[in-house]
Amino acid sequence: MKIESPAQLAETAKKLNSRPRPPMKLLVSLGTCGIAAGTVPVLKAIQNEIKSRHLENAIEINEVGCMGLCYAEPVIMFLEPESGKRLIYGDVSPQQIPAILAAGIDTPAINTRIIERNWYYPEIEKPAKNEFQSRIVLRNTGRINPENIEEYIAEGGYSALAKALTEMKSQEVIDVITASGLRGRGGGGFPTGRKWQFAADQPQGEKFIICNADEGDPGAFMDRAVLEGDPHVVLEAMAIGGYAIGASTGVIYIRAEYPLAVKRLEIAIAQAEERGLLGKNLFGSGFDFKIEIKFGAGAFVCGEETALIHSIEGQRGEPTVKPPFPAVQGLWKRPSVVNNVETYANVCAIIRKGADWFRSIGTSGSPGTKVFALAGKVAKVGLTEVPMGSTLREIIFGIGGGIKNNREFKAVQTGGPSGGCITKQHLDLGIDYESLKGIGSMMGSGGMIVMDEDDCMVNIAKFFLEFTLDESCGKCTPCRIGNRRLYEMLEDITNGVGTLETIEKLKTLSATIKDTALCGLGQTSPNPVLSTMANFEDEYLAHVKDSRCPAGVCVKLISYEITDKCVGCGLCIRHCPVNCISGERKMRHEIDQSRCIKCGACYQICKFHAIEKH
Amino acid sequence: MSCQCQNAGNSSSQSPEDAAKFDELAKFIASLNVDSLPDRRRGFLIQILHRAQSIFGYLPESVQRFIAESLNISRAEVYGVISFYSYFTDKPVGRYKINVCTGTACFVKGAPKVLDELKRRLGVNEGESTPDGRFFLGALRCVGACSLAPVVMVNDKVYGNMTADKVADVLKEYEA
Repeated sequence: MKIESPAQLAETAKKLNSRPRPPMKLLVSLGTCGIAAGTVPVLKAIQNEIKSRHLENAIEINEVGCMGLCYAEPVIMFLEPESGKRLIYGDVSPQQIPAILAAGIDTPAINTRIIERNWYYPEIEKPAKNEFQSRIVLRNTGRINPENIEEYIAEGGYSALAKALTEMKSQEVIDVITASGLRGRGGGGFPTGRKWQFAADQPQGEKFIICNADEGDPGAFMDRAVLEGDPHVVLEAMAIGGYAIGASTGVIYIRAEYPLAVKRLEIAIAQAEERGLLGKNLFGSGFDFKIEIKFGAGAFVCGEETALIHSIEGQRGEPTVKPPFPAVQGLWKRPSVVNNVETYANVCAIIRKGADWFRSIGTSGSPGTKVFALAGKVAKVGLTEVPMGSTLREIIFGIGGGIKNNREFKAVQTGGPSGGCITKQHLDLGIDYESLKGIGSMMGSGGMIVMDEDDCMVNIAKFFLEFTLDESCGKCTPCRIGNRRLYEMLEDITNGVGTLETIEKLKTLSATIKDTALCGLGQTSPNPVLSTMANFEDEYLAHVKDSRCPAGVCVKLISYEITDKCVGCGLCIRHCPVNCISGERKMRHEIDQSRCIKCGACYQICKFHAIEKH
Repeated sequence: MSCQCQNAGNSSSQSPEDAAKFDELAKFIASLNVDSLPDRRRGFLIQILHRAQSIFGYLPESVQRFIAESLNISRAEVYGVISFYSYFTDKPVGRYKINVCTGTACFVKGAPKVLDELKRRLGVNEGESTPDGRFFLGALRCVGACSLAPVVMVNDKVYGNMTADKVADVLKEYEA
């Protein structure tokens, strides 16, 4: 049935919320990482168990998106909507299901892993103790079934669009977004309201509203989680943006590596069209809006807005000089607004609750929240949404549970290949766009890769440079050739043939590339080099002066030796992939250094700590 | 880059299998209604290339020519797009596509060692296929399964928490 007025939408939501349902919900996390970790067999086991014990009227299975608890997947959550009671299980196996279902919500089943919820939803509830996370962007992600529009409507979905179309003028919508201080969550932090205003100020005619879902920053997966877990929030926000700037077509540019997100978007668009929430004359306002999906094909640079637009047009995704800005001359030379997924995911809440509410969260310069993807050597890998101004310590040690295997925290990389690393001394800095820039990094899309004492910072810089080299479109010389030279110098250093002069040259060339490259990708590519050099100069010096890699990573600079502790058990001989260890049984073994590939297999396998790394 | 025109397939030498594939592609292109906006035909190019690659497995010269003709653009433009995007390939690839994630999270957790072991065991470099056409070895950037790092994908199946030691077992699954 089509929904044609705000009253009808409210009526539908009310009906959905009052229909008879089982008293208990069982949420099963079915995002990409959940599925990879094995939630599908768990879901099957739950379905079988419910069927065989005739629990259909007692428990409702809800297939939801990512809850952000990636480290504990497969994750399931009992929820009693009436009382708000809940119980979260992590590392669930199909064998545990009968016991878990028998135990119910009040008593955890034995031999299982229980997880505390550490987030709350500021739009609908107050935080309890230890709930550091404040979820606006992830409001529905991991809570509702993304493949069923009814669940979204029941949670107040599309009411922001209804409000904008029937109660507000286009300019009023822009004014609210401007007043809220919402800034681009893709990395740049440009004020969203101002972007919309530019496009709205262009003469009437065909305009486009584009969603950048080309999440290319390695180690960032928040956009994927939103698209997989709550696709309608993006569709609704794009329609609101379209109304604000006068565009009747929306385009979602999504990377081909996210097949599940694409599938869920397609389902969401079809369901919204069927309900009349996308298409012609939305809510009887006379406003038409349709959304198309366009695919990327594996090019990081397409996250840059001009490159992204060229890619949608079926060209090589090369960036062009701005101006003209896309807001003036974008897709098919028409005024276009490009916003990131996470930015859109804030819009509906702002329209519903107002600019002042949004400004009450976060810092004055960067209101709202930010989603971070915590990964690397942190104990609890996953997604976390915190108010801007939270400290790295709260995120990494509070929510992330500190460093894995009791190792020492060394640095955290934010902003991906364009960002920089942040060390211990800044752990207590409240992070927002400005503060991160101030310490030589950047917000970026929100990837946070945590590194410990076993990571060599020169090698990390080399890794990011290799990434940039691979992804450089080749159009401008500083990026194409300059980065290649930077990479070669880093390679020299990690191979132990670098000199103090190499380090000086690295600095000069980095500065030149920053000043002269054409687009954001090139201009920021030396950042990892500069920031690791600023924070870990001693490590660079150890490589060039002493031919030593302090973290023991650079293979040319390390060697393995068997000490007197060796009992001659032969374990390392069996594990050496190139058979370069020899020795009689019960005699001390020896490594043939000329053939050793320094894989470290013997070092890890030895039970007697008889192998030393130099 | 050398010109491969002399190797180009033409319709007269097509096998029945190929003809069926071209038919499927033609039907897909027809379903897009590319002529509805004649100045914007190009906008369909990447979508068509994705479909063509899933039909043919790769994008040989004959397919590139076919697509260029149906969109009324030059073959150079089609080739330019294929060579730009890492997702597209104009060379046949192995039946099982092994991709090692080389995103940052996988990197710090030891993906390079896994990649080295795969290279050693398969005897090929990144971006190459084994001579028997069974395996293709590639690297891709972040599949977003960072909690399982390091990650290896074989076609669509994800193997998490990989180590060099586990490589042999994974390969064994596909060797039978």
